Amino acid sequence: MRWAVVVFPGTNCELDCHHVVADVLGQPVEYVWHKDTRLEGFDAVILPGGFSYGDYLRTGAIARFSPIMGAVADFAAAGRPVIGICNGFQILLEAGLLPGALRRNEGLKFRCHDVHLRVENGATAFTNRCRPGQVLRVPIKHGEGNYYADPATIDELERTGRVVLRYATPEGAVTAEANPNGSLNNIAGIVNERGNVFGMMPHPEIAAEAILGMEDGRLIFESIVASVEGRVAHVR
Amino acid sequence: MATMMTTWKARVYVTLKPGVLDPQGRAVENALKVLGFAEVGDVRVGKYIEVGLEAPDREAALARVAEMGRRLFANPVIEQFRYDVTEAGAGAAGAGVAGATGATGATGGATGDS
Repeated sequence: MRWAVVVFPGTNCELDCHHVVADVLGQPVEYVWHKDTRLEGFDAVILPGGFSYGDYLRTGAIARFSPIMGAVADFAAAGRPVIGICNGFQILLEAGLLPGALRRNEGLKFRCHDVHLRVENGATAFTNRCRPGQVLRVPIKHGEGNYYADPATIDELERTGRVVLRYATPEGAVTAEANPNGSLNNIAGIVNERGNVFGMMPHPEIAAEAILGMEDGRLIFESIVASVEGRVAHVR
Repeated sequence: MATMMTTWKARVYVTLKPGVLDPQGRAVENALKVLGFAEVGDVRVGKYIEVGLEAPDREAALARVAEMGRRLFANPVIEQFRYDVTEAGAGAAGAGVAGATGATGATGGATGDS
């Protein structure tokens, strides 16, 4: 399978994403500049983290109008996997490909440290290599990761298993103390209704190798591979 | 053949919707209380955007600014916006901002558009 890593002006995690796919998974991967308009021939798309357009106006607000985003929307509409990490998640929300919004962190601090994530749904295209309830250790680095959606949307996400990852303690308890940014219901990652567009604030791409001290992030990428290669059935 | 266009200046205020937690506003409120402004409450921080635009009349300018607000300036999930439009130049805009900037006096020259 071939991967695309979309690069906007101000993206800064594209090298890490490229490295994980190329060197850890050993799969073909290409950068796609935000001014490109085509994603033909790719099997998975990564919107990496960073500060696209300097976070001007709102995080992701300007990137969502980049020429490539039309192709990303088409790619998603075709049921193919799209993962947005950190700023990529923010862009997917601004683009309306995922519901809700990310506010300033509660406490206003830019939070840069490891967190623990409880896998709430292990049957998605992005978590099928995880056990339900498994706790992943992955770092965050963001100032605006405070997930919000109106109560009806939160209720729907919860009822339909679309809250995929939640901030938790190392033991997997979902507590206020384990919530680094004030996200409603400790939400760290969600999928769309169809199950093929995923956004998460933590950075699995910098937690995918033993040499970096953390390997759990690799499960996210391996899940996408398993899903695309048809080893699991999941996309509704 | 072309409609006579006028230059307008729009002022757009983007704020978080009521009920959406505003961590910045809360921090500012706490700072005000530390400074002794015990009477303050409900402090909200927003964004202010100025836009110059060409439009045949005021209604057309307002309609365009409303569309800009919906499509770009505000994220409707968490934000709301309000706006007004004044004719640029001819002193009209100056009169329009007087109320808003009058209290700052000394900085009025810097924020004016003359």
